[in-house]
Amino acid sequence: MAEATLRVFRGDSNDGKTIDYRVPVAPGMVVLDALHYIQGYLAPDLAVRWNCKAGKCGSCSAEVNGRPRLTCKTRMDELPQDQPITVLPMKSFPRIKDLVTDVSWNYRVNRKIPAFAPRPGVEWKISQLDVDRVQEFRKCIECFLCQDVCHVLREHDKKEQFAGPRFFVRIAGLEMHPLDAHNRAGLLKDQLGLGLCNITKCCTEVCPEEIRITDNAIIPLKERVVDEFYDPLTMLFRKVRGR
Amino acid sequence: MTTNYETREHDVLIIGAGGAGLRASLEALTQGASVGVVCKSLLGKAHTVMAEGGIAAAMANVDAADNWKTHFRDTMRGGKFLNNWRMAQLHAQESPDRVRELEQWGALFDRTENGDILQRAFGGHTFKRLCHVGDRTGLEMIRTLQDRGVQQGIDVYMECTVTRLLTDNGRVAGAFAYWRETGRLIVFKAKSIVIATGGIGKAWRITSNSWEYTGDGMAIAYEAGAELMDMEFVQFHPTGMVWPPGVQGILVTEAVRGEGGILRNKAGERFMEKYDPKRMELSTRDVVARSIYTEVKEGRGTEHGGAYLDISHKPAEYVKKKLPSMYHQFKELADVDITKGPMEVGPTCHYMMGGIRVDAETAQSTVPGLFAAGEAAAGLHGSNRLGGNSLSDLLVFGRRAGLSAAEYAKRASPTSIDSVQIEQAEKELLAPFSNTGPESPYAVHRDLQEVMQNLVGIYRTKEDLQRALVELEKLKVRAAKAGVEGSRLFNPGWHLSCDLKAMFIVSEAVTHSALARTESRGAHSRIDYPNLDSVWEKKHNIIFGESGAMKRRELPVEELPEELKQILAQD
Repeated sequence: MAEATLRVFRGDSNDGKTIDYRVPVAPGMVVLDALHYIQGYLAPDLAVRWNCKAGKCGSCSAEVNGRPRLTCKTRMDELPQDQPITVLPMKSFPRIKDLVTDVSWNYRVNRKIPAFAPRPGVEWKISQLDVDRVQEFRKCIECFLCQDVCHVLREHDKKEQFAGPRFFVRIAGLEMHPLDAHNRAGLLKDQLGLGLCNITKCCTEVCPEEIRITDNAIIPLKERVVDEFYDPLTMLFRKVRGR
Repeated sequence: MTTNYETREHDVLIIGAGGAGLRASLEALTQGASVGVVCKSLLGKAHTVMAEGGIAAAMANVDAADNWKTHFRDTMRGGKFLNNWRMAQLHAQESPDRVRELEQWGALFDRTENGDILQRAFGGHTFKRLCHVGDRTGLEMIRTLQDRGVQQGIDVYMECTVTRLLTDNGRVAGAFAYWRETGRLIVFKAKSIVIATGGIGKAWRITSNSWEYTGDGMAIAYEAGAELMDMEFVQFHPTGMVWPPGVQGILVTEAVRGEGGILRNKAGERFMEKYDPKRMELSTRDVVARSIYTEVKEGRGTEHGGAYLDISHKPAEYVKKKLPSMYHQFKELADVDITKGPMEVGPTCHYMMGGIRVDAETAQSTVPGLFAAGEAAAGLHGSNRLGGNSLSDLLVFGRRAGLSAAEYAKRASPTSIDSVQIEQAEKELLAPFSNTGPESPYAVHRDLQEVMQNLVGIYRTKEDLQRALVELEKLKVRAAKAGVEGSRLFNPGWHLSCDLKAMFIVSEAVTHSALARTESRGAHSRIDYPNLDSVWEKKHNIIFGESGAMKRRELPVEELPEELKQILAQD
């Protein structure tokens, strides 16, 4: 059977290095299978998060050959086998151990977002067209790869000012829900740092669900913020009314 | 021993954060209880996320003739009348409200032309009944519940594993757990506890279940004195992926058949004509799984030992729209374009009909203060679950369990936890670190999966089941010697060595029950007893612990009231 070398980060929050493991390669094998092989036969304490192994839960995110990916959807046969395959933890989050990082910041950001609230007296009739538009955002599996790749978080570590693409996607889903009553434009502008995104589309490129994060979520949200706070007519109107 | 742990206190502690656990927590919160939710993974990753086809609820949006009575009858027939009739009734009556409620919390289902929730056909359901979002209904459901829970202020203890329930004089008093990240210990004090930990599929080799489904909720309940019921009924979903090897067992949603998918053998024959000419591909899961198994066994299987499942006669755009994740799953993992050609599928261990025995109305187990809901609880599905009845089960009985647990907590007198229980739990948890031999928990787990796969699978015999019991004993001895490398910091080898204990308890319970039931009913098929038996139709198997040993007894099936009997008699 063919073999491949996996070069896996081993270590904790203080310290660590990559270690090479030789693994047999079966047809159709994915990187997560190789990591499971390492756990089962070579390094039983190798820390890896995973659940569904079918690209539906978003647990097994890592950086494979430098690219943020779900390891359960990364086929070994699409990677060059003549050199080691590097598997590193997501860089934007604090390391816990091996490939496991501390993603709790994401859950804290999520709490800032007002959940869906229906308009009073609304009739629960919705057209499929409206559902389709919002469903693009609802299919997010919270793998946090978009957060990992976003330079505002990755290079500039602006976690206090900036919510990141995942939560712009969540808000887009709420804002475009046909029956939602909230307005989250102020929150986006003042607390979630939407303005810091300069639409480089890195998030869209790594999204395993192929959500067009920049085009369909972030840009429309930016437009909403502009309409709400920077529209010249609205601004004039505000000035006149004194608020 | 130095017992060093943190302590948290809640009125209601919910173990498990899938659909049932989250729905229970929302209801307990509404009742004014302080609620803690403990889950082994990150929030939002539980197996509910994998549910694809939909939520069964007789809303009659598509087929106007549908109503709770038909749903009740379908569920009872699908379960071969071993279901708890009251649970089946409550489930059929309450699920439409539970779906509407989800929608009011922000879930967005696919729609009919009129703008109502769209419903699709599924195996064993007389009418188009499954409310769905493409083929990722579970994700929609869990995200909706999760976001509402976060907004309402539930305390979630993520990546935290409960290994033991703590009791006071036979009543629930708390739970002992460890943080997966640090390996540190935590003791929860609670007036009531809801077990919503899902199933046991990880004890089989070919399974759709993730690492979490080790039966730990059932095992800790059993150890605390609860009874397990109907444990012989393990559902093998007819359609899991069979190729390539790494993806073997991954679920292929029944929605493929619901949307018109056709099963064929290697000769191109539509073999369901032989096994269930009336319902064909939309027969119940037990029947379809056995049919595929038989085709393969008799030499009519596909290249990789499965059957062909074909939806490519439908327009490509329709397939991509209605089954988007199946399209991607096969394209990315198996190099198969399902809009152009067939998938290869075969049975995969999927769901546990049995579980903790609970009261139908309150979801309380036989241990005061201990409740259970969802897959961890027994009763609703009888000997075979219909597709789509799981998500509705989570909502209906998750809500009931949360409500009852909160009410119980209001009335409960104070309990105390003696330190001996905590010390014992700690000792047991840390024992693998003292083992220095070569035995690995991974090797024991692999062998356990082989035993359950080969000897306690779709078709069973007395000889195989007896052999399984012998093998399980040997494996338990090996498991007790399995050691751990490394530290307590996020150590999967250590975690698995703890999970093994639960897997042995549920595997033994399944095997004992399967051996006792000398008939074939629903998901339990005995080659040596191939027919339904009128005596066993009236009996449940109950598994319980007595002075450290696993015991079995039989419990009469509850008699239906006359008006429900009449519903069952109708066609």
